[in-house]
Amino acid sequence: MDLGAISLTLLIATLMAAATPILFAAIGEMIVEKAGVLNLGVEGMMITGAVCGFVVTIETGQPYLGFIAGAVGAAALSLLFAFLTQVTLANQVASGLALTLFGLGLSSLIGQSYVGLKPERTPDLFPESMADIPVLGPILFGHDLILYLGLLLVIAVWVFLKYARAGLVLRSVGENHDAAHALGYKVVRIRTLAIVFGGACAGMGGAYLSLVRVPQWTEGMTAGIGWIALALVVFASWKPGRVLLGAYLFGGLDQLQLRLQGAGVAIPVEYLAMSPYVITIVVLVILSAFRTGAPASLGRTFHASG
Amino acid sequence: MKLMKTLATAALALGMAGGAFADGHAKTKVGFVYVGPVGDGGWTYEHDIGRKAVEEAFGDKVETVYVENVAEGPDSERVMTQMALDGADLIFTTSFGYMDPTNNVAAKFPDVKFEHATGYKRLHPNVSTYSARFYEGRAVQGHIAGKMTKSNIIGYIASFPIPEVIRGINSAYLHASKVNPDVEFKIIWVYTWFDPAKEADAAKALIDQGADVVLQHTDSTAPQAAAEEAGGVITFGQASDMFEYAPFPRVTSIIDNWSPYYIARTKAVMDGTWESVDTWDGMPTGMVEMGEITDAVPEDVKAEAEAMIAAITSGEYHPFTGPINKQDGTPWLAEGEVSEDGPLLGMNFYIEGVTGEIPQ
Repeated sequence: MDLGAISLTLLIATLMAAATPILFAAIGEMIVEKAGVLNLGVEGMMITGAVCGFVVTIETGQPYLGFIAGAVGAAALSLLFAFLTQVTLANQVASGLALTLFGLGLSSLIGQSYVGLKPERTPDLFPESMADIPVLGPILFGHDLILYLGLLLVIAVWVFLKYARAGLVLRSVGENHDAAHALGYKVVRIRTLAIVFGGACAGMGGAYLSLVRVPQWTEGMTAGIGWIALALVVFASWKPGRVLLGAYLFGGLDQLQLRLQGAGVAIPVEYLAMSPYVITIVVLVILSAFRTGAPASLGRTFHASG
Repeated sequence: MKLMKTLATAALALGMAGGAFADGHAKTKVGFVYVGPVGDGGWTYEHDIGRKAVEEAFGDKVETVYVENVAEGPDSERVMTQMALDGADLIFTTSFGYMDPTNNVAAKFPDVKFEHATGYKRLHPNVSTYSARFYEGRAVQGHIAGKMTKSNIIGYIASFPIPEVIRGINSAYLHASKVNPDVEFKIIWVYTWFDPAKEADAAKALIDQGADVVLQHTDSTAPQAAAEEAGGVITFGQASDMFEYAPFPRVTSIIDNWSPYYIARTKAVMDGTWESVDTWDGMPTGMVEMGEITDAVPEDVKAEAEAMIAAITSGEYHPFTGPINKQDGTPWLAEGEVSEDGPLLGMNFYIEGVTGEIPQ
């Protein structure tokens, strides 16, 4: 056993990067659910974002353009979901699942000729001299722009939901769409915007996966991260701060168990590997004793006839 | 919410396996069950090359179907059953975790031939097993790794604690420590065959802890990308050539060549000569090949590696030749003694010098 081999600084720096795709996807999905829509297509939108971001980065050599393309691509896909659920009033669960399957298929089609290519590296935001500061450098300054953007997004969403009038409107649509409609708010329009925002966020998360975290395109590379993001929203009981906490907790435990193994710690790694899920269950049990905070209209179809 | 999740998962699983079957039974129909996507660039990719070779070899006389991303365990049983019901004559199940499901389904369809990769159970006369002696390639990797490491720390991304994987670790360690007694193996079990993000994380964790060689027993090229990003770290292609990462970090690779076997077995079904067999081939028959050794490897090391490949191919050298002790120091093979296949097939112990425990 050699615990000294585990650098806490590197562990934290790595978990921040590892948690970023989930963070983006979960914060986007949270807004969607706050508006009363359950979109189970996160996985499909993430992988679409991953492939769109990758393809554009390869073609243009510009990672930032890639991130934009990832967000746009996934947002476009989410428009399909918005059309199905908001215009044709299709079932949200079925539409979301269809979106995931469609996204997985579409992405492998688009990505076929991009397997094995290497994307342009996304540059770090701060100069290397700052990232080299002992201990705090790698944690605070050793990342790319997108990671900081993710953190800003959490704060922005928190402010939006808590202090902005528009955020209040969004929440009212999610809590009681009939009442919101009676007050004159455009329920369908607001929900569509929320869905597109969720899609763009999932796409950013996906692009982060294919451009920074793994830097390559592989078919099916999200490997279930979208589903974890969905669970994370429930874990966080629809609160932005807890989404961040949950993303870092899930990501951190996973990184820690990999590193403990590398250091030769003889604890059964299965326990650490399953700990995020055990924690989720425990949190859900605790939450069930209080008000869960789930938007009251979550998953219900809205029609203006009421 | 919870119920919705359950429904969602069930519907997803159904949807994934539903498609891709066509009917019509004049041709010999060959089915393939894959654990990952055909585009993984590694394990499943090579099996799919074998499938395409079957189509090429027999043209109109054969029809192939495949289902990718099939989870190991009970769900795979449903996929195999569906294939058999759809008229498959021969079904290749290409991951270790399909072992019991393959035998269960084979019992229900005595007229359908089943071929299970990397397993050892043949409970019915219509089940064959086949595998490749990947440990031969691991020996070559171990030699190169031991010679080239500067930190003397070699990282190993292991998938599941099963004999096939443990054999690879032992073979690599044996040959690395032979040329470099100071070498240390850091082993991380990721409990997945295919999860690019997790494989990349494992590679990064190993590199952060000082490894300058990373071996992988998982299916994607993500560890190669992580090593390239880190710089100065050597990797080896796994299951497929992964040549897109050559000449560095990938310095050579183990390539699984299933095509000749798949063609021969399909032919046997057509001719009515198919029998239950246990095939375990390696470099001598070409089932295990080594990818080009790049110039990143020093001349002399490259020559030694090539000599080892030649010796294994000719049958002159067996990677598990004594003296070898088990991890606890008890003797396993005496001086010059060559291991039988039995202990290799069921290998559940580390050899002397490997640190840590095999997770149970």
